[in-house]
Amino acid sequence: MSRQEPIQEMICISCPLGCHLSLYKNDKDELSVTGNKCARGIVYAEEEFYAPKRIVTCTCRAESRILPRLPVRTNASLPKEHINDLIKAAYAMTVKPPVACGQVLIEDFKGTGVNLIASMSLGDGH
Amino acid sequence: MKELHYDVLIIGAGAGGLAAAVEVSKHDTSCALVERESHLGGILVQCIHNGFGLEEFKEELTGPEFADRQVQQVLASNVDVYTDTTVTQLDADGDLKEAYCFSPAYGVLKITAHAVILAMGCRERNRGNIRTPGTRPAGVYTAGLAQRLVNIEGYIPGKDVVIVGSGDIGLIMARRMTWVGAKVHAVIEIQPYPSGLTRNIVQCLNDFDIPLYLSHVVSRIEGKDRIEKVRVCPLANGIPDEDNSFDIPCDTLLLSVGLVPENELSKEAGVQINPQTNGALVDATMMTSVDGVFSCGNVLHVHDLADWVAEEARRTGRYAVAYLRDERPKRQIRIKAGANVRYINPTMLDPDNPDKLYFRSLIVKNQAKLHLKLDHNPVKEVKISHVQPSEMLHVKVKPKDVASWNIMKDSVLEVSVE
Repeated sequence: MSRQEPIQEMICISCPLGCHLSLYKNDKDELSVTGNKCARGIVYAEEEFYAPKRIVTCTCRAESRILPRLPVRTNASLPKEHINDLIKAAYAMTVKPPVACGQVLIEDFKGTGVNLIASMSLGDGH
Repeated sequence: MKELHYDVLIIGAGAGGLAAAVEVSKHDTSCALVERESHLGGILVQCIHNGFGLEEFKEELTGPEFADRQVQQVLASNVDVYTDTTVTQLDADGDLKEAYCFSPAYGVLKITAHAVILAMGCRERNRGNIRTPGTRPAGVYTAGLAQRLVNIEGYIPGKDVVIVGSGDIGLIMARRMTWVGAKVHAVIEIQPYPSGLTRNIVQCLNDFDIPLYLSHVVSRIEGKDRIEKVRVCPLANGIPDEDNSFDIPCDTLLLSVGLVPENELSKEAGVQINPQTNGALVDATMMTSVDGVFSCGNVLHVHDLADWVAEEARRTGRYAVAYLRDERPKRQIRIKAGANVRYINPTMLDPDNPDKLYFRSLIVKNQAKLHLKLDHNPVKEVKISHVQPSEMLHVKVKPKDVASWNIMKDSVLEVSVE
């Protein structure tokens, strides 16, 4: 297997180390990974190969005198193909205070099981 | 003029000031926390991306969430918080330090304290600092200012963006500008390697096919009222190769070209500055050259992680409380930045209470080794899998390390990387 060419090379983003990963496939179509310094590298490589995901952070409009934008984020990594639609949905939304940090703003986006949540509290007084 | 007295005064309520305040309040000590903005949390509030808190809170948080956790701790403590309050002068010569503050609520306010912790953070280097030739049109922003406009104020600075500098703020803003509908045409980096974390290169540039030009500079800014284009010039052996330069049309240029500790107040108070860090010179207890004045976080030296700022600030809070109780180190030895080390903080070590040292490498290397030498004799060696100038490193000197050292009054501990 070691003489085989890797089918893909990537850099792990699980932590700041940034391991250079090489992905190989055997005749049974099973994936193997080299270059990882820990087990998270294998999980990352498999996810990145079959279905890449990212945490998304952006803002939505807030009906607030002092804070025009409320920061929001996904509560888990979202499949990449849904990122642009999620961002559009967030920008189209207006939230009214009070909002609690962690409050769900969009539930189960497009059946992915991923929620959009507020990442800051906005009290009534705002 | 209203006058107030506290045991400890903390200036700045970002990641550092908040962590220091929580620590100070745990020791039955009165504490004032003064912040010039109307909100607590400092710059964290505009850093809406994730990547914070893995060490401090053992989970991945965004900047506002990280700040929120710290703020809840402060509000649950006996710390008195003064927002919208700017310290304009610090007189720190005597035993009783005097800070003159301005606030809409109190007018002029004088706060006296036996110990002061400086936690004012840093500010961005701008076009003047990197001396970019050309015209002076609108549309040139520092990356952090653009981040504030987009994430807090809700304004988009422009549609066709070029970013100078591949530090983490520049990379994060490349993704952020793309996600608000702008086109980021390039990131230009003067060094032959990226200055931000590799994971940010992947998730902020590669994900969006944004080109990164290493060993390139913006050699000219052009445009009459608004910026119209930049000239990008490759460096050949460090010298600009104008023949191979090219233009990139743009309406916005974001500068992510480093941070400078904000020490005007410290300097006026007589605090001695370390030219390597632009922050205070501090001893083993994070105390500056002015007795009873401490410094921590980005005003001491620019950190990569808010988590490390909080950790350093907590220690500083503890040392300030010890100072109030007259618990000072019995002896301290000098720490010297040796081969391939740009600086080390703090610059003194208390052999009876050794602690964490933060430092930066001057070289890029895999499988590097950190050497500690006491008066030229090797005393400790640590393997580090990867070093580069943009990533801060740390080493913890343990009491059991020091136990076998032959420490003299004028001993010097040298830290080097190979």
